[in-house]
Amino acid sequence: MPDTTDSPIVLRLSGITKRFGTLVANDAISLELGKGEVVALLGENGAGKTTLMNILFGHYVADEGTVEAFDELLPAGDPRAALDAGIGMVHQHFTLADNMTVVENIALGTQSPWSLRFNRAAARKRIAQLSQDFGLAVDPDRPVSALSVGERQRVEILKALYRDARILILDEPTAVLTPPETEALFRTLKMLVGKGLSIIFISHKLGEVMAVSDRVLVLRGGRLVGERRTAETTRKELAALMVGQEVAAPSVAPAKRGEALLVLESVSTAPSASGSRLDQATLALHAGVITGLAGVSGNGQSALAALIAGTERPVSGTMRVAGEPVSGWSPRAALAQGIARIPEDRHAVGTIGDMSVTENVISERYRDRRFSRRGFIDWKAARAFAEELIRDYDVKCPSPEARIRLLSGGNMQKLILGRALDPDPVIILANQPTRGLDVGAVAYVHRRLLEARQKGAAVLLISEDLDEILALSDEVCVMFKGRISPPSPRGARSIQELGEMMAGQGLEAAA
Amino acid sequence: MRLEAKPAPSLAATLAYPAGAVLVTLLSSSLLVLAAGASPFSVFALVAKGAAGSQFALLETLTRATPLIFTGLAVAVAFRAKLWNIGAEAQLYAGAVVTVVLGTGALPLPAPILIPVIMIAAMAAGALLLLGPALLKTRFGVDEVVTTLLLNFIVLLFVSMLLEGVLKDPMGLGWPQSQRVVADAQLPRLIQGKRLHLGFLIAILAAAIVWVVMKKTTLGYEMRAVGHNPEAARFAGIPVNSVLMKTALLSGGIAALAGFSEVAGLKGNLTLDLSPGYGYTGIVVAMLAMLNPLGVVASAIFVAAIFVGADAMSRTAGVPSYIAEVMVATALLTMVVAIMLMRFKVRWR
Amino acid sequence: MEAFEILLTASFWVAAIRIASPLIFATMGELVCERAGVLNLGIEGIMTAGAFAGWLTVYAGGDLWTGVAVAAMVGALFGLLHAALTVPLGLSQHVVGIGITLLATSLTYFTYRIVLPEVTSPPKIEPFQPLPIPLLSEIPLVGPALFNQTPLTYLAFIAVALTAWVLYRTPLGLAVRAAGENPAAVEAQGLSVTGIRMGAVMAGSALMAVGGAFLTMSAFNSFFFQMIAGRGWICIALVVFGSWRPGKALLGAVLFAAFDAYQVRLQQLTGGMVPYQIFLMMPYVLSILALVLVARRATYPKALMIPYQKGER
Repeated sequence: MPDTTDSPIVLRLSGITKRFGTLVANDAISLELGKGEVVALLGENGAGKTTLMNILFGHYVADEGTVEAFDELLPAGDPRAALDAGIGMVHQHFTLADNMTVVENIALGTQSPWSLRFNRAAARKRIAQLSQDFGLAVDPDRPVSALSVGERQRVEILKALYRDARILILDEPTAVLTPPETEALFRTLKMLVGKGLSIIFISHKLGEVMAVSDRVLVLRGGRLVGERRTAETTRKELAALMVGQEVAAPSVAPAKRGEALLVLESVSTAPSASGSRLDQATLALHAGVITGLAGVSGNGQSALAALIAGTERPVSGTMRVAGEPVSGWSPRAALAQGIARIPEDRHAVGTIGDMSVTENVISERYRDRRFSRRGFIDWKAARAFAEELIRDYDVKCPSPEARIRLLSGGNMQKLILGRALDPDPVIILANQPTRGLDVGAVAYVHRRLLEARQKGAAVLLISEDLDEILALSDEVCVMFKGRISPPSPRGARSIQELGEMMAGQGLEAAA
Repeated sequence: MRLEAKPAPSLAATLAYPAGAVLVTLLSSSLLVLAAGASPFSVFALVAKGAAGSQFALLETLTRATPLIFTGLAVAVAFRAKLWNIGAEAQLYAGAVVTVVLGTGALPLPAPILIPVIMIAAMAAGALLLLGPALLKTRFGVDEVVTTLLLNFIVLLFVSMLLEGVLKDPMGLGWPQSQRVVADAQLPRLIQGKRLHLGFLIAILAAAIVWVVMKKTTLGYEMRAVGHNPEAARFAGIPVNSVLMKTALLSGGIAALAGFSEVAGLKGNLTLDLSPGYGYTGIVVAMLAMLNPLGVVASAIFVAAIFVGADAMSRTAGVPSYIAEVMVATALLTMVVAIMLMRFKVRWR
Repeated sequence: MEAFEILLTASFWVAAIRIASPLIFATMGELVCERAGVLNLGIEGIMTAGAFAGWLTVYAGGDLWTGVAVAAMVGALFGLLHAALTVPLGLSQHVVGIGITLLATSLTYFTYRIVLPEVTSPPKIEPFQPLPIPLLSEIPLVGPALFNQTPLTYLAFIAVALTAWVLYRTPLGLAVRAAGENPAAVEAQGLSVTGIRMGAVMAGSALMAVGGAFLTMSAFNSFFFQMIAGRGWICIALVVFGSWRPGKALLGAVLFAAFDAYQVRLQQLTGGMVPYQIFLMMPYVLSILALVLVARRATYPKALMIPYQKGER
């Protein structure tokens, strides 16, 4: 690997290897970070970026390899040592305690645990100073639970600065931000670099990487497959490196738009525990059409998914399935209407980890005559079905009796897909169907969704990945604060326009 | 330290882990025996002899195992669905009260009809008793552990009130005890002149039925799904709350059979010391059996053997019979560790 | 009218505070455990062990305060066992807690039989005596209730203040509360979730044991079987009732104890017209009602009962 930096090296990872069972998450990865440099770590979901950073920060212990910060070897598996060495990490999922204030969260662990009094005044003063120096405005005495996502991220950055971090790692920092918030974050990063900090920026979004970094390292399948100076490369080249081949958008035949199978008319839902809700949302899913739903996460996508999946009911407005207003809506009712559901979280919701593959594949249909008679389950039929899915969907698993927890994410997703698509559904809800999957599995999922569309199913694709939405969707809607924009046909709006809509522009009026 | 899921263990390993747990239990209780000034070897030999050294001892062990099979099954059923029923003790007494109320002459029916009627009524009482906490859990989010535990105290006081009031035996010389159940309401002895009664066979039958329910039926499937991951179960269309209600009814009903069988099969009447904590010991029995209904029979006999053996041992060796309770509690803790080690690999880095 | 006048007698309030004292200790203990994210169902057994250990120390010739210290140590040891199984190993807090209760209770009874093989009536010790605080104890009604109690009751109130101070005013308390809310936040700041949780469970268990010791060393003067009688479970309800806040939990404990003291007097007043068991049931029934009342809007620590593995988010 060529050393392309001329500033002093502040961080050096050498030959990091990490295995989880048979999966090699990181394969002999080495990298160097110079002072005042922004290095982007680019890769698909599941490429091993987060694992690498978790090793660097001491959450995991590498099987092989070493980490040096400022020419000192870091002891393995010790976040405290990483913090003391001046490494700060902003995790993808914020690590804040909701029951405490900003100042308490930032100062947590910085004062001697045996001191008789938490020195709030001193902490507050220092935070005020840092806020001013770096333009990161937050009210130190507000409870974290009352902060917006953007504010929470600022608190995370302040946490690192409060500890005099010289190296800042940001893991997918823009996933939860609106485009204007992203812009603000980039300005902050510029300022941090100006003050001599070094930054590792983890992302799978090409545009951001191009915008913010000096140098790009590309990870694929746990391996470092390329290194480029940002100024000397192109999006296209990076994309090819990232996925391993020229990205060929799946060829999509023109849609045969049929009748509306699922219609929402000004539907609102009660706010869920996470605050996600629909606010007079209107949407129509047509037969033979993939409707892509873009939006920054946390704008009501989970509420919409829960509604269609049957775990949530409308509190006002009308929801029609196959022309009839629904009543007594439930997961069972949704299944009875021929709605296939691919949930966002395959571990917590999509599968029951400690039950077998067989038991998992019948979970939505165990009451069908095919699988049970008079309250007794026909395990032979169930097992045969599991074997059928394993074969048809090319699932790698030791046996249908294996606990599904032991399967990889991609294989788990294939089973969920098989379970959902086997009964030839008329409506398909695909919520983040490819998150965390490797390239092959992603292509597989896309192909299956397109096949279902060809057969005349109405597909709703919810994704945080705008590229995925644009590649697959016949119509695109944008979600913002619980509302859904009217659909625009394929290619009608530019990425910029959609980005603005995701930030709320023009949507209030449209809704 | 990290825990990593590992593939299902072989049958040998499945048996080796619980065996290890029992071994650790024996070793640690040896220390207590030493502290009591006795030799562990001879004490454990005496326990074994007292539990299985003669026909009398064996029958006594099986007699003592009978209520433990019922309470163990009740706990196993509930814990499968992660309904934390710690109230088998109260449900046991509910069953016992119904047995006494209906069995002391209120229903002039012949035995083949009377006994099933009492059984069903007893089960209904236990089932209803657990339905309350289950409803509080699903409707109000009240933790059922605390409510079932508190109900144990309430029910015991209630029984005490009955035994000093309406159910008091007028011929009982002032003791708080009920009248004896009529002959037609009594479960026959399995061997003439011995204490082992039909309740034992009913318990084994119950275990077989529960096994079938858990393994073969949609209800058993639903209960396991709800226990492992209620959110995923709900998403898949399993009616989680209604499954929890059914679980509560089943679990409470089975626990009540313990009270029915003790009164109708063994004691003949109801007193406040009908159960020396069978409800709580049922938790240990269920965990030792890894919640397997057929395993419950074996583990109940094992636990009963410790109790019966320790009683006999303490009369001769002078080690307090509470050693049995200590061993059983230790076995519970070592067993949960063993189950964990069976399913997860501990990585120290 | 008589039923109301009870509330105006000093002896009623003295009794109420005395009944509240062990509950206050144990409730604070459970609260500390749960704030760190661990439900400790070992409470009933730990109180039993503490009651016996404290009493035995004094019976064997130890000083009263040594007895309290020994009780606390015994509690912390059971806490260590609980924490070792539930925190790094992540075992079910329900099952382990019940196991600890069974183990601590049976070990206590076993030891009692070993130490006192031949006794029929439980031997007595000289317990803590009331220590009137000059001037303050002269105040009518409040004086005797709050300022003419045993030193252990004063310690109970100090324990509440201390718990509140530590949880809300010290860096350690921040870490404990964060561990019960979002352990990842604790780890990201370089602290050990395992260490904090284990420490909290040990400290909390020590408090529970002192609560048990109050019964044998202050309220009564001997140890007998089944003397905890569900007080531990009631304390778990009190923690929920107090929304996991020390002050509110204290209020709950005192209210509860006042009710308990009241029912005893009411029982005497009714002169046996109502079975005494009805009155004895009241505390348990009340606990359930209190749970039902607050459960819906309780803001419990979000990571309560959820084991944490390093690097997990």
